[in-house]
Amino acid sequence: MFNVSKIREDFPILKRLINKKPIVFLDSTASSLKPQKVLDAINDYYTKYSVNIFRGVYKLSEEATSKYEQSREIVAKFINCQNPAEIIFVRNATEALNLVVHSWGRANIDEKSEIISTVMEHHANIVPWQELAKETRAKITYIDFDEDGFLDLKKISQLITSKSRLLALTYVSNVLGTINPVKKIIKLAKILNPQIITVVDAAQAVPHLPVDVFDLGCDFLAFSGHKMLGPTGVGILWGKYDLLEKMPPYQTGGEMIEEVTLQNSSFKEPPFKFEAGTPHIAGAIGLGAACKYLSSLTMKEVREHDRQLTEYAINQLSRFDDLKIYGPQKAQDRGGVIAFNLFTKEKLIHPHDVAQILDRENIYIRSGHHCAMPLHSRFGIPASCRASFYIYNTFEDIDKLVKGLYKVRKIFG
Amino acid sequence: MDNIYREIILDHFKNPRNFGKMKNPDANAYENNPFCGDKIEIDVKIKNKEQRTKNRIIEDIKFRAEGCAISMASASMLTERVLGKNIKDIKKLNTEDILEMLGITLTPTRLKCALLPLEVLHKTLALVKSI
Ligand SMILES: Cc1ncc(COP(=O)(O)O)c(C=O)c1O
Repeated sequence: MFNVSKIREDFPILKRLINKKPIVFLDSTASSLKPQKVLDAINDYYTKYSVNIFRGVYKLSEEATSKYEQSREIVAKFINCQNPAEIIFVRNATEALNLVVHSWGRANIDEKSEIISTVMEHHANIVPWQELAKETRAKITYIDFDEDGFLDLKKISQLITSKSRLLALTYVSNVLGTINPVKKIIKLAKILNPQIITVVDAAQAVPHLPVDVFDLGCDFLAFSGHKMLGPTGVGILWGKYDLLEKMPPYQTGGEMIEEVTLQNSSFKEPPFKFEAGTPHIAGAIGLGAACKYLSSLTMKEVREHDRQLTEYAINQLSRFDDLKIYGPQKAQDRGGVIAFNLFTKEKLIHPHDVAQILDRENIYIRSGHHCAMPLHSRFGIPASCRASFYIYNTFEDIDKLVKGLYKVRKIFG
Repeated sequence: MDNIYREIILDHFKNPRNFGKMKNPDANAYENNPFCGDKIEIDVKIKNKEQRTKNRIIEDIKFRAEGCAISMASASMLTERVLGKNIKDIKKLNTEDILEMLGITLTPTRLKCALLPLEVLHKTLALVKSI
């Protein structure tokens, strides 16, 4: 059973008082809070078996290696991947996407290639591709979205040609909240061009929805540990094994080699080929614990909780006649994130001012462009306020946000 | 409790002084802060601009801006403060002067908002050529 008050007990940070008041955390889209079980798993590694993996034959090293590899299996299962060798531990979603760009991209993109992305991407899924396009003189085009934050599906069929080598898109927008019909888009893309490679930025999807890489039909999928109750500094690239096998290494050095002579080196099989040097062992173990925690709640329930909060928040925020919500109108079409702006006499109240006033009440929202400048330019706004929800948020948190916003309006009215 | 949004700041934000555009300014500069999307442009008219260094005075100043309350108020108060003043003295204005003028304390992120107008003003004055 999904029980928020019980869940809240698991998060020590929620017991913290600032200026003698509890915190209302509404910025899980940037990074989530961490439950005690994850903290314990990390601490266990550092207190009981903090040694390197793969290198020692002694017991502790075997223990560390086995825990690290168990985490890979847990993460694989979490996204319904049958072969744990397809799970590569990286630093975060950004590094996962950069790995694809530098390894697969440099080997497969040339001046005749077309790369397709969307206007709603996080910079992490635009900038690396832009740089690759500049370097290789490939063409890069973007799928736009409509006023309600839905991708223009008709445009996709026009954009994909025999020259399209790559489609990179986000599963859930970190600003609009839009849950893109990724499975449908990938299917369509592969019908139009069976050779196209598809990369899904799932940084906002894996923490919040049941994600099944087998069912999605994509080639690569990237996400971060710290947005799904795990520690910072660890993320995942999932890729189809036959693609990973053919790709050159991203970084080279220790742990990823088979044999080294002074002239030449041969590399291990995936995933080790892509994990050069000592990895974030504690991080990987912590991420495993986070996946276990989420699985115990079931991702279906996690999603349903997000949806209920989002629906309630949309209703409450709609009571302000000078507040604009960006993205889909209905909670069923969006993840647990709401970007909005407050206006006074048609003039924008700057999101930094809104966030600063809310901060006085310990209500933590994000303000700015949320690493999505093209998206904000598309709306002609410099920035937005963003409130986001996760398993530990309550309806009461949203009531407090609304109360805080009335205060903002009073100050700026 | 912080007093960032004290009355005087809100007053300058809601009714900015010297807001607008100038015909044939002697110098003009623009700057933005991509982090918040704050944008500020300043026009100045200089008295005695031929007189190499001394006695060059801001005869008129106008600014246009989009941004948060802090950057708007800072710009508005700054223009009031420098109008009729000698360029030599204005060039000496620094972070402390701005904070003193606003009468508030700011976190590093918001400090950038408060300092943007001064940055643009310095840039504008650097463009006033001494003949
Ligand atoms: C949709 C999306 N993609 C990518 C990222 C980048 O994640 P990270 O900073 O952990 O690499 C984020 C995080 O803000 C995101 O929301």
